Amino acid sequence: MSKATFSVWRGDKSGGKLVDYTTEVSEGMVVLDAVHQIQAESANDMAVRWNCKAGKCGSCSAEINGMPKLMCMTRLNTLDLSKPVTIEPMRAFPSIRDLVTDVSWNFRVKKTIKKFKPRKPDAPDGTWRVQNEDIERPQEMRKCIECFLCQDVCHVLRDHQKHEEFIGPRFLVYTAALEMNPIDDDDRVDDLKFKHNIGFCNITKCCTKVCPEHITITDNAIIPLKERVVDRHYDPLKKLLKVFGPK
Amino acid sequence: MPEAVQRAAWGQTRRQDTWWVEPLIAFIVFTSFIVYATYRAFAGGHYWVGNYLSPFFSPELWGASPHAFFGNVPSWLPAWLPYSPALLILPFPGGFRLTCYYYRGAYYKSHWADPPSCAVGEPRGSYRGENSFPLIVMNLHRYFLYAALIFLIFLSHDAWKSMWFLGNDGHEHFGVGIGTIILTANVVLLAGYTFGCHSLRHLTGGLFDVLSNKPLRKKAYECVSWCNKNHMRWAWFSLFGVVTSDVFINLLSRGIISDVRFI
Ligand code: SF4
Ligand code: SF4
Ligand code: FES
Ligand code: FES
Repeated sequence: MSKATFSVWRGDKSGGKLVDYTTEVSEGMVVLDAVHQIQAESANDMAVRWNCKAGKCGSCSAEINGMPKLMCMTRLNTLDLSKPVTIEPMRAFPSIRDLVTDVSWNFRVKKTIKKFKPRKPDAPDGTWRVQNEDIERPQEMRKCIECFLCQDVCHVLRDHQKHEEFIGPRFLVYTAALEMNPIDDDDRVDDLKFKHNIGFCNITKCCTKVCPEHITITDNAIIPLKERVVDRHYDPLKKLLKVFGPK
Repeated sequence: MPEAVQRAAWGQTRRQDTWWVEPLIAFIVFTSFIVYATYRAFAGGHYWVGNYLSPFFSPELWGASPHAFFGNVPSWLPAWLPYSPALLILPFPGGFRLTCYYYRGAYYKSHWADPPSCAVGEPRGSYRGENSFPLIVMNLHRYFLYAALIFLIFLSHDAWKSMWFLGNDGHEHFGVGIGTIILTANVVLLAGYTFGCHSLRHLTGGLFDVLSNKPLRKKAYECVSWCNKNHMRWAWFSLFGVVTSDVFINLLSRGIISDVRFI
């Protein structure tokens, strides 16, 4: 048994500061365990959101030593405990209290994306036929647990606060899952360019780095979508072919 | 929209790791490459030795070496105009790398600090990204890809030529020298880089939602995806490949080093 210090951000909308708490740590503990222990021992009123403790509900997102991570999946033995470990709420969203932020903007954004619209069923009984290999790509995107860590780290939201214009990596992943779905019949390419401003992403891959589900966000979702936008809007040869080519 | 959280200042972060190492290395390497390539293109000279031709100067359209396709530099070219065979063709591979998705992401960090690294504060508040001019032109990347694919043919031809040495009998004989190995490795690395291009991935199969009914495209898509997985590595190694090739031929031509023939 040894002791470690955690600097936890305490406060709300009006402001706050880091407060140090020292507690016993033991092998196998994760950051969320330490937070719960601190809550029990010395800060009963500390607000923290969590649910599954298994990296599957996406509730316990925070910034640990400055990096967006799930508290329940960050083992203490991956951190340097000789210095205080900082635990802060996500920066890209407004604070509610302590480690809890208001992520409701994300749910509003989701509503602006055209929903899944299946094509006519393939069989008379109203079902579809799809090859397994064709759903592999959208399937990767469906691993998302909506932890919004990627939204938090994305500098377009975090530093430039383009929440009004840019939907962020999580919803580019969501759009990719729909766009690449072989049954879906709708078209979101124009929305991506004009409404959701995919062009704001400068492919710096921070979202990919923090995704706890290891979704290859930039390479497998964002860039393929950017290329579909190029096809329609930025490829002069394709435009010419469309005008003069065979109909 | 969430109320604005205090924007972090330039370089401000709570990260404790050495986040600045990666962008710093990228800054040093990319900048040195640009400086070296520009110097070589303007200086010209010492770019070929026998059957070896430096990739910076290939394809050589007009030039003084026997590798030139259309013979010597046209005499009507004004003398004040800087000319080297590299100046004509370097914009294509240069533009290819400049608009490459990997390089963009990397130099936006290392050269423009947008962001300096993940979750690290930025120097500028305003931001337009690739949403408007000038960076919107990055969307033309696929045109540079078309050029790069053509260049691969020329560079493969150069690698082939580097295997045929002029003998004393006036005939060409198969052989392998250090130059042969370097120029062949160079074209392999460049091919790995080019065939892993994100735009190529899109054009071979990415544009379709269903690939199972297009077996040829599916194979192509899988091959490109395989190279694409390590696109960053291919990008770095192929960069070193072209520089090594050029430095080797430059030094060889100046007589500073000499080639070794294995076969
Ligand atoms: S790659 Fe794009 S979406 Fe992902 S963090 Fe960077 S700018 Fe944001
Ligand atoms: S894409 Fe990854 S990081 Fe983003 S919300 Fe989903 S699981 Fe979290
Ligand atoms: S508590 Fe569910 S992901 Fe951490
Ligand atoms: S994306 Fe890197 S070469 Fe095209």
